[in-house]
Amino acid sequence: MNTLTPNDYLLLLAVPLIPLLGYVVQIFFGRNLPRKGDWMLLGGMFIVMCITVYMFFVHAMGHVGPAPFWNESAMTADGPVFRWLYNTSDVPGDQNLIAGILYDGLAAAMLMVVGVVSFLVHLFSSGYMAGDRRYHIFFANISLFTFAMLGLILSDNILFLFVFWELMGFMSYLLIGHFAQDPDSPRIKHAAAACKKAFLTTRVGDTCLFFGMAMFYFLLPREYNDLLAQGAIEGERVISSFRFVDLWTMGGQIVEANNGEYPFWMSVAGLFTFGGTVGKSAQFPLHIWLPDAMEGPTPVSAMIHAATMVAAGVFLLGRMFPMMSPEVLQIVIAVGAFTALFAATIGCTVNDIKGVLAYSTISQLGFMVAAIGTGGLGIVAGLFHMVTHAFFKACLFLSAGSVIHGCHHEQDMQKMGGLRKKMPITFMCMLICTLAIAGMPLFAGYYSKDRIIASVIDSTLTQWRGANVFALVALPLAAMLTTFYMFRLIFLTFFGEPRDQHIHDHAHESPIPMTAALIGLASLGMFGGHFWLAGDPLSNNGTWFTNLVQWQTMYVTSRGGSLDLTSMNMIAVTEHTAHTGHVWAVGVSLSVLALGFFAALWIYGLKKLDPARITSKLGLVYEAVRDKYYVDEAVNGSVIRGTMGLAKGQKWIDENIIDGTVLGVGRLGRGLGTLCAWIDKNIVDGAVNWVGNTTQALGSVARLLQTGRIQQYVSFAVGGALLLAAFHILT
Amino acid sequence: MDLLNTNPDNLSTLLSWLTFLPLIGMCVVLLLPASNLRAIKITAGVFTFIPLVLATQMYFGTFDKTVSGYQMVQHFEWIKALGINYSVGVDGLSMPLLWLTTILFFIAVPASETVPRLSKAYFVLLLLLELGVLGVFVSLDFFLFYVYWEIMLLPMYFLIGIWGGPQREYAAIKFFLYTLAGSVLMLIAVIALRLDAGTFSIPELVAIGKAGGFTGPALLGMSFTTWVFWFLFVAFAIKIPAFPFHTWLPDAHVQAPTPISVILAGILLKLGGYGLLRGCFPIVPDAFQDFAYVLGILGVIAIVYGAYVALGQSDFKKMVAYSSVSHMGFVLLGMAALTEWGMNGAALQMFTHGISSAACFLVVGVVYDRAHHRDLNGFGGLAQPMPRYWAMATIAFFASLGLPGMAGFVSEALTMVGAFQSQVGWTDEAIASGWMWGPFQWLTLIATIGIVMTAAYILWALQRVFLGTLNEKYADFKDISAREVFSLAPLLVLCIVLGIFPWYILDWMEVSISDLMQILTFAG
Repeated sequence: MNTLTPNDYLLLLAVPLIPLLGYVVQIFFGRNLPRKGDWMLLGGMFIVMCITVYMFFVHAMGHVGPAPFWNESAMTADGPVFRWLYNTSDVPGDQNLIAGILYDGLAAAMLMVVGVVSFLVHLFSSGYMAGDRRYHIFFANISLFTFAMLGLILSDNILFLFVFWELMGFMSYLLIGHFAQDPDSPRIKHAAAACKKAFLTTRVGDTCLFFGMAMFYFLLPREYNDLLAQGAIEGERVISSFRFVDLWTMGGQIVEANNGEYPFWMSVAGLFTFGGTVGKSAQFPLHIWLPDAMEGPTPVSAMIHAATMVAAGVFLLGRMFPMMSPEVLQIVIAVGAFTALFAATIGCTVNDIKGVLAYSTISQLGFMVAAIGTGGLGIVAGLFHMVTHAFFKACLFLSAGSVIHGCHHEQDMQKMGGLRKKMPITFMCMLICTLAIAGMPLFAGYYSKDRIIASVIDSTLTQWRGANVFALVALPLAAMLTTFYMFRLIFLTFFGEPRDQHIHDHAHESPIPMTAALIGLASLGMFGGHFWLAGDPLSNNGTWFTNLVQWQTMYVTSRGGSLDLTSMNMIAVTEHTAHTGHVWAVGVSLSVLALGFFAALWIYGLKKLDPARITSKLGLVYEAVRDKYYVDEAVNGSVIRGTMGLAKGQKWIDENIIDGTVLGVGRLGRGLGTLCAWIDKNIVDGAVNWVGNTTQALGSVARLLQTGRIQQYVSFAVGGALLLAAFHILT
Repeated sequence: MDLLNTNPDNLSTLLSWLTFLPLIGMCVVLLLPASNLRAIKITAGVFTFIPLVLATQMYFGTFDKTVSGYQMVQHFEWIKALGINYSVGVDGLSMPLLWLTTILFFIAVPASETVPRLSKAYFVLLLLLELGVLGVFVSLDFFLFYVYWEIMLLPMYFLIGIWGGPQREYAAIKFFLYTLAGSVLMLIAVIALRLDAGTFSIPELVAIGKAGGFTGPALLGMSFTTWVFWFLFVAFAIKIPAFPFHTWLPDAHVQAPTPISVILAGILLKLGGYGLLRGCFPIVPDAFQDFAYVLGILGVIAIVYGAYVALGQSDFKKMVAYSSVSHMGFVLLGMAALTEWGMNGAALQMFTHGISSAACFLVVGVVYDRAHHRDLNGFGGLAQPMPRYWAMATIAFFASLGLPGMAGFVSEALTMVGAFQSQVGWTDEAIASGWMWGPFQWLTLIATIGIVMTAAYILWALQRVFLGTLNEKYADFKDISAREVFSLAPLLVLCIVLGIFPWYILDWMEVSISDLMQILTFAG
């Protein structure tokens, strides 16, 4: 067991920084480099893969025991930290945001997965994307995406997780829209719409996450300090923090002081946080962006929309699990289980080879979410499924990409068939991973899916709650459909007679970089689950992975906290129920596997039953499933049109009422001015003119007297004098 | 008490030099022959570049960000009979905005290249405008502040009214009258304060306000300070522009030439926010506390409403103009929350919106210069002939959208978290019941709608202009030119650098903002 040293932290810091550096060089100089710079990023990713695998095996894999192998002091004092808001150290901690690295079991596992898958996808892309007119930009973007994903995993606080989370969304936007600027692409318009839809839909979830985050940031320390003042908690006053360890510690003590009850606001905040998962991990009803995102190049679908970015939602759920109240977890189970079944039914009707895989991804993410919701060992199972799913689903997508590449960009399975001989390597890889996703024993998916079903059975046996029971029905059903649609894909693509001779004639196996990547991922799909066996396979305790992801428990106890926070949500599984659950789970898993396989074999392999007959019998039900339950139409009709209506309405208000008022005031002013001008001209000036005119008139009367004759003046003067004299004498 | 800290070490003529350099430039331009436009442009470039160098030197050198109070103060009597002083100085609030001003004016000169009917008078007015803006940011005397405020108005009127689009006269007059109405309100408030407290000095007024020293009479049931608060608030709110005083902005923006839009959105709007922080809230903190929730509501209306109206636009520039309304709502919300984070977020938002909106207007200008129209539905696929332009437009618009890693996110996140922390309007019963929820918590929740809608209108616009099938008419468009890159690149670099290292602004403001917060929360 090795505790991380400062040097280890520097090594971890290099993990996201290598692709970032690669991006900067590539975006400015990539076009002029030999081979447009792909070897540089490929080399960088190879180093990243080596570091992540090395760190995983040295630090995480061999780790047992209650003490965390990461230490906090290395993160804050000696290790690399990043002061974000202020660069001065005298700013109090809750004002500044100091980001560090949290390399625990979950991060170790996820980092390894992303490192390996990213390298192989880069390798695959160098063959698949060859000849693309924006080849260097593609590599730059996928490199920056890798940076964001690796940064997200290593973040020790939820705000930086959010920063990388959004950055990934942005890179996903650019990569889905890769063909939206390519005049040669027939689907240029679809790509342009799809990238917008993906970013916007996830943005809804992201905003929820941000709000949940703000709630935890503000209310957690407040509640903690209140309880401290009441004496319910012993300790020191705390300050606001985004760091996971602080959130877990504060949350745990609050719940403990509350007699194990979560405060109501924590449920609200947890629900908002879960909104982030719903958006990013494409859970119902925000799943609508993921099938459209298949407009992006296939390596992008493999990496971002199957193995890494969409798994980030599950990762977040794992990170924030201790903050989720039992009520929220019920919703989590319900959403996850519903999504798993819902998407699996659609997957059975899709004819686009990538479309099948897209719905399959949504469905598998539903499995993970539901499993984490069951708590206890479910969280281990869900996160483990995230690991194995990344391997086999990336492989399935890349195989599909290889098929599409071989068939000259034909994606419709109805036009394929019989490709087994033409593309043997692709066929073998895809078959292996189909067995893995179907849950064939000894393949990777078996270990994780079996655990998920076991944990659902366990939780239902201990707690007879609605969501648990629903999951108990929905998940095995979804698992059966998974096997069915995956083998349907295999039979339609690789077996039978070629349905389009032209495509078949020109089909060819893919070049070496692509097949090499496929073989690498397929072997992980085969053996990637055997890590699970590095303990007692039949026991639910003591496997190394269980230890790895129970970090929060370890953290709280290692700090002297008495609360075992994870176990608050862990259903007390007794030996007996655990054993029962496990035996049942194996039985259920194997029987649904067999059922699904034989159904697919019967209909598509042996063609004993014409699928058209089934669809015609199902009638409207089939149409509803085929049209994806009209969710897109419903969203278009309500949300999109509503928003646009609101926008147009508010625009009208702005132009006519608010600006109208302003213009009205203006017009009123001008009217008043005109009125004043009239008054001024006619009344005020009129009065003045009247005075003038009157004076003039009087003057003209007076003028009559002004004759200029001296005799007249003298006679007036004499007359006047006489009058005065008379007046004087008479009075 | 020496509020201005006029000890000899602290005195400096630097700010006066900075303010009057554009005036010197203006005189030089006036002396040049009108026929030699090239020499005029170079002169204007030089005389906007020197203030930029000076301000940069001040920002990173002379200015001491650890010191509280005003720095580089210059103070002497101006009009003795009325008690009006020439007193200038900067603190952490004005210093970043001063720097931003010099950056944007320098950028505006090369960006003016494509302005139609360009002439000598244009650059004369541009330099005069810079004088006014810089003067407002450095004034510590309310009368001086008002004088500079009015100086700014005139060149802006002519710049829109002469070099603007088809409806330029209408837009210019609307802008002028609207802002003038605000100025009048400000003047009334300033005179009332002078009569009441006997001084125009802003630091002295703040000290008196803090001590509750205003004795003016109540009028129509509202106290003296409340009247002063509302007069000053409306005066500055028009400039921000806060809902419902915003309708002059879209008209002014749509008609103004690109560089003038850049300055209008980048700096002139910030004067409103700056005015509130400098000349309104700290002088009447008690009235501000009483009405903080009203300001918060206005801010959130601006955020959400502005975003919806922007979504409804089909004119590219009008959309960006409404996005300014929406983003400036964050400034109001952050200030009104009365929390440290909210205030920091609001102050930072002024800077980050200054660079991102300026960049957005430059981006719109690039396409307008080529296509001579701004109809969002009339483009399509422009990323194909203009890949470098697409890359730069993406950065500008995503910075505006608040993508993490870019400047806008930091300020919006600070504002949102700060607003959520606000305890304005919390009742004692609510606190006792443990339901820690008040008006600002609701407001923050509503404001998140604005965040989603911002993404909607920006992505939709990008899709319609840049992605999809290329509009054949525009297939021969030249990619963005070196001159356009020269204007745009510095802003985009700032967008990214400040997103990763926001402390390049926040560190500078920290001391001043905590001082301000002490004043604002003092009476309550």
